[in-house]
Amino acid sequence: MTTAPEVGAAPRAEPYDPASASGYAHDHPPRMGFFTDTSLCIGCKACEVACKEWNDVPPDGPMTLTGESYDNTSDLGASTWRHVAFIEQVVPVKPPVSLGMPSLRPIETMPPDGVSAQGPSGSGQGVRWLMSSDVCKHCTHAACLDVCPTGALVRTEFGTVIVQDDVCNGCGYCVPACPYGVIGKRESDGKAHKCTLCYDRISDADEPQEPACAKACPTDSIQFGVLDELRERADARLAELKGRGEPNAQLYGHDPSDGVGGDQAFFLLLDDPEVYGLPPDPVVTTRDLPSMWRHAGAAALALAGAAAMTFIGRRP
Amino acid sequence: MAEAHPVGFQWVMEAKARGAKIIHVDPRFTRTSAVADVHVPLRAGTDIAFLGGLIHQVLEREADFREYVVAYTNAAAILTEDFEDTEDLAGVFSGYDAETGTYDPVSWQFEGAEMAPAGGARESFDPQRRENFAEGGAEDQESAKGQSFGSGGASLPGKPVRDDTLQHPRSVYQVLKRHFSRYTPEMVEEVTGTPKEQLLEVADALIENSGRERTSAFAYAVGWTHHTVGVQYIRTAAILQTLLGNIGRPGGGILALRGHASIQGSTDIPTLFNLLPGYLPMPHAHQHQSLDDYVRADAGRTGFWGNMPTYITSMLKSWWGDAATAENDYRFDHLPRISGDHGTYRTVMDMIEQNENGAKGYFILGQNPAVGSANARLQRIGMANLEWLVVRDMQMIESATFWKDGPEIETGEMKTEDIDTEVFFLPAANHVEKDGTFTQTQRMLQWHHKAVEPPADARSELWFYYHLGNLLRERLAGSDDPRDLPLQELTWDYPVEGAHDDPSADAVLREINGTDANGGALSSYTELKGDGSTACGCWIYCGVYADEVNQSARRKPGSEQTWVAPEWGWAWPANRRILYNRASADPDGKPWSERKKYVWWDEAAKRWTGADVPDFEATKPPSYVPPDGAKGPDALSGQDPFIMQADGKAWLFSPSGLTDGPLPAHYEPAESPVANALYPEHTYSPARRPFPIAGNRGNPAQSEVYPFVFTTYRLTEHHTAGAMSRTLPYLSELQPEMFIEVSGELARMRGLEHLGWATVVSGRSAIEAKVLVTPRMRPLRMGDQVIHQIGIPWHWGPNGITKGDAANELVEIVLDPNVHIQDKVGTCDVQPGRRPRGPDLPRYVAEYRRRAGLPVDDDVPARQGGIG
Repeated sequence: MTTAPEVGAAPRAEPYDPASASGYAHDHPPRMGFFTDTSLCIGCKACEVACKEWNDVPPDGPMTLTGESYDNTSDLGASTWRHVAFIEQVVPVKPPVSLGMPSLRPIETMPPDGVSAQGPSGSGQGVRWLMSSDVCKHCTHAACLDVCPTGALVRTEFGTVIVQDDVCNGCGYCVPACPYGVIGKRESDGKAHKCTLCYDRISDADEPQEPACAKACPTDSIQFGVLDELRERADARLAELKGRGEPNAQLYGHDPSDGVGGDQAFFLLLDDPEVYGLPPDPVVTTRDLPSMWRHAGAAALALAGAAAMTFIGRRP
Repeated sequence: MAEAHPVGFQWVMEAKARGAKIIHVDPRFTRTSAVADVHVPLRAGTDIAFLGGLIHQVLEREADFREYVVAYTNAAAILTEDFEDTEDLAGVFSGYDAETGTYDPVSWQFEGAEMAPAGGARESFDPQRRENFAEGGAEDQESAKGQSFGSGGASLPGKPVRDDTLQHPRSVYQVLKRHFSRYTPEMVEEVTGTPKEQLLEVADALIENSGRERTSAFAYAVGWTHHTVGVQYIRTAAILQTLLGNIGRPGGGILALRGHASIQGSTDIPTLFNLLPGYLPMPHAHQHQSLDDYVRADAGRTGFWGNMPTYITSMLKSWWGDAATAENDYRFDHLPRISGDHGTYRTVMDMIEQNENGAKGYFILGQNPAVGSANARLQRIGMANLEWLVVRDMQMIESATFWKDGPEIETGEMKTEDIDTEVFFLPAANHVEKDGTFTQTQRMLQWHHKAVEPPADARSELWFYYHLGNLLRERLAGSDDPRDLPLQELTWDYPVEGAHDDPSADAVLREINGTDANGGALSSYTELKGDGSTACGCWIYCGVYADEVNQSARRKPGSEQTWVAPEWGWAWPANRRILYNRASADPDGKPWSERKKYVWWDEAAKRWTGADVPDFEATKPPSYVPPDGAKGPDALSGQDPFIMQADGKAWLFSPSGLTDGPLPAHYEPAESPVANALYPEHTYSPARRPFPIAGNRGNPAQSEVYPFVFTTYRLTEHHTAGAMSRTLPYLSELQPEMFIEVSGELARMRGLEHLGWATVVSGRSAIEAKVLVTPRMRPLRMGDQVIHQIGIPWHWGPNGITKGDAANELVEIVLDPNVHIQDKVGTCDVQPGRRPRGPDLPRYVAEYRRRAGLPVDDDVPARQGGIG
């Protein structure tokens, strides 16, 4: 039904359109995506619950506190398609006005022993609590899709990537292929699962609806829309936040020339991606496959040649 | 607000996006703090000191909105020489009786209005009633002072003498200035632990953002109300907002965020013992023998409460229909009566003591006292003394199962076989399984339609009470006992629908709205009559069914109407979205500024107009001056926006209506590790209501045995006492275990480990919880002392998918005297490790009491054996 983009294709200059590249006719719908503006997130986790309710994703919590602030979900996986991260940082109470110099850094990030403290009131230190709702990035060049041997993972007409339950054979190749650790295999059915960007909702011909998480988000931290429009909105928001004294604010997954060709679900972060547990420089894991094969082929030839030379060399 | 009201918080985020500065004042750094511009920490229970510090700044800098203050408040009114302030009497106001712990407000009056001063309860100043009190004895005195609050308006006879220059030393403005003079930044820092720079930062922000061109809004929830001085917290905020001119204007106000959906509705159509619908007072057994007795204090009053006789008569007609006639006082005799405090905590105490006031049966609906009420253990002991208990809930909550698996069964304090209480559990429908309204904090009714049928035997409350009423009426149909007449004559004829004969919620709403003599729906409470020709279930809801249309079901999108969105739902009264909005215009009726214009006088059309329904008589011009002897609304001038007040003014000083003082003063919360730096002679509110019985011992002040402050609170992931969240997998997995939050400093001091167990102990009980060590909790430096606070979410209990000890085991029952609410703040100790099990638990708690010098008492009185 679809054709995956050429394995290992180098990121191309825009406008690269993954749906067209997958064989959809030129009148297919525009690329749709998420812009998750974490500066608006209040950590209510309505996205997590709405996602599970709508998609009938089973509860999977270990039912013990993780101790990772208010995050008891920990990461994305087969049964967690939205995950809200909570990061506690001790910072100066009143950061001096930014002079455009290298940015202000937190004094201390919560250490694993958890005994980080900001000192008594009036100590000049305060706390910053970052929250961010993570989700499948729906990469422009998606390794999960590249490696899927059954065609269960497909590119949709919206440019998103989904798993077809009834085709997945549970081989699990996609799990290590994802540069973000998004997709997982569910023990109960042995199949891979991840965010579909609510394909059933957005593709409903009669009454298309935004994805459940975006619908439930009370503060519009999760925004759904046409990718190009979201990117414009994100640029404007970033400029606004920079102007308001958020020197570390940055977009993540926004750049079409990054290692995955840009994400269809991208983010505005208030600190570096590592702080949120996101890889700083994700690369589509199948990018180097062709050259690897070429190298392997050359090596094999060289080996064969060497072996032949050995025999030749033995000749009296 | 982000934490407990995430959906409503979207509007705060929208305001922030438009440039509003968000300031969050909270003992803990919460999800709200995370997105606020400023987080201001303070010690739990010290908000009056903090707000008092802001008032001090406004008054010292004379930064009040002076034109507004002079014209629209009682700042200019002059008090009699009898009034003495906390400044004069070392921390109490004049009229205090140390023996009873109550105030006589007779000295809190204005010159020119002191003839029949109406403090405390307005009834108490009717001379005839004062005689009745003398005959009725102490109980009547008590009930008269406290039980009718929240109802009606406080009365104010006569016109106070004024000094519009605000310079008279006994003018309210000067009294206020003197009263708050000791709330200096240094003092506030010492009491609250808030750095004084932060107090000043907040003061600057508020002052800069208030006035003609700008307004500031306050939002609060039970962090303000659940205190022994909770009502005075709100008073303090009201004084501040009134001084700044932030009441009755767009973008201003004090927004009460409610604890549940439709809690506003449950006081409008009340579930409280002392109120009738629309804040009419519940009649008193001795004082209100006739309808005339009941309305006497109000008939002929000034302001809109002067029309009270029309409200009560229409309500009686709604309840008893044709049986209610002028000749029989519209069946006023059929109404129940109060004779004292019948509030929930008093009732539980009576159940424990098994005195003649103790209830024999109990209905629990939408409550879970075994987890959710203060001193949960005493709640269960009280319930174990009931003859019968009906629990209607969506889940099998702890209040329905305490008799077989409650904590006292484990400790051996109760034995199932000894408990005679017959418990009935009835499954309840949820809000998507029934039609009805929610009334939110803006007083807006929003209709919700039934989306699905309730499962199995689950039924709506409406279904339950309607059919229960039918059964009772059938049983009593042949009775000639006069006491059964109220039920026999009740109008109880609702159309039913569906397979289970659900009464029509729409018909009930129309009945509440009221009908005229011809049976047509009324449009406004101004149409109500006192002659029995109109019927109305709740006068403030009159108009919700105007034009025979369910106005609460309107859902016109905001984009298709004006920015005030009057066609979304319906807000009482009269679909007004901002109360007292006459104050959005200056005394001459012109908007204070173009930017903040809302309602104004249209001189050409000779009427009030604007974006909202004017909260003023539509054609009363700003120039109107009432003639001598005018009554009701006619007695208010064209420049008196606060039309429910007898003088049309906002009350900076409250000569009546409060049991614990005409002005707010900081007293320590229910329990405190420190002395009261502001009023050293009075650590606690002198008017608070303690219940010093076994099982409810208050920790001593400044106790080294209980050195830490605890405060209880909610998490976004759970709902109240947990029935609606601890039972659901998707929510439980998000906060899967009971925990407490402590600072790194406290963790080191007590040897608490992150994710380890801790035991928290108060004079009432001990609970265990996992420990979250977080920099979001911080010690507070207050003068020479450093105070540690412990945060305890109160959602957990023994049942459900995620189980845990209930925070309310720790909480003492000690009440605000105005509204009988408990305090969410107390003192405790915390130790690493799990709490003792079985009989060792009460022993452990008793040992703490012994060390603290409290009565050790293991002997909670109980009818059943096994407790003690």
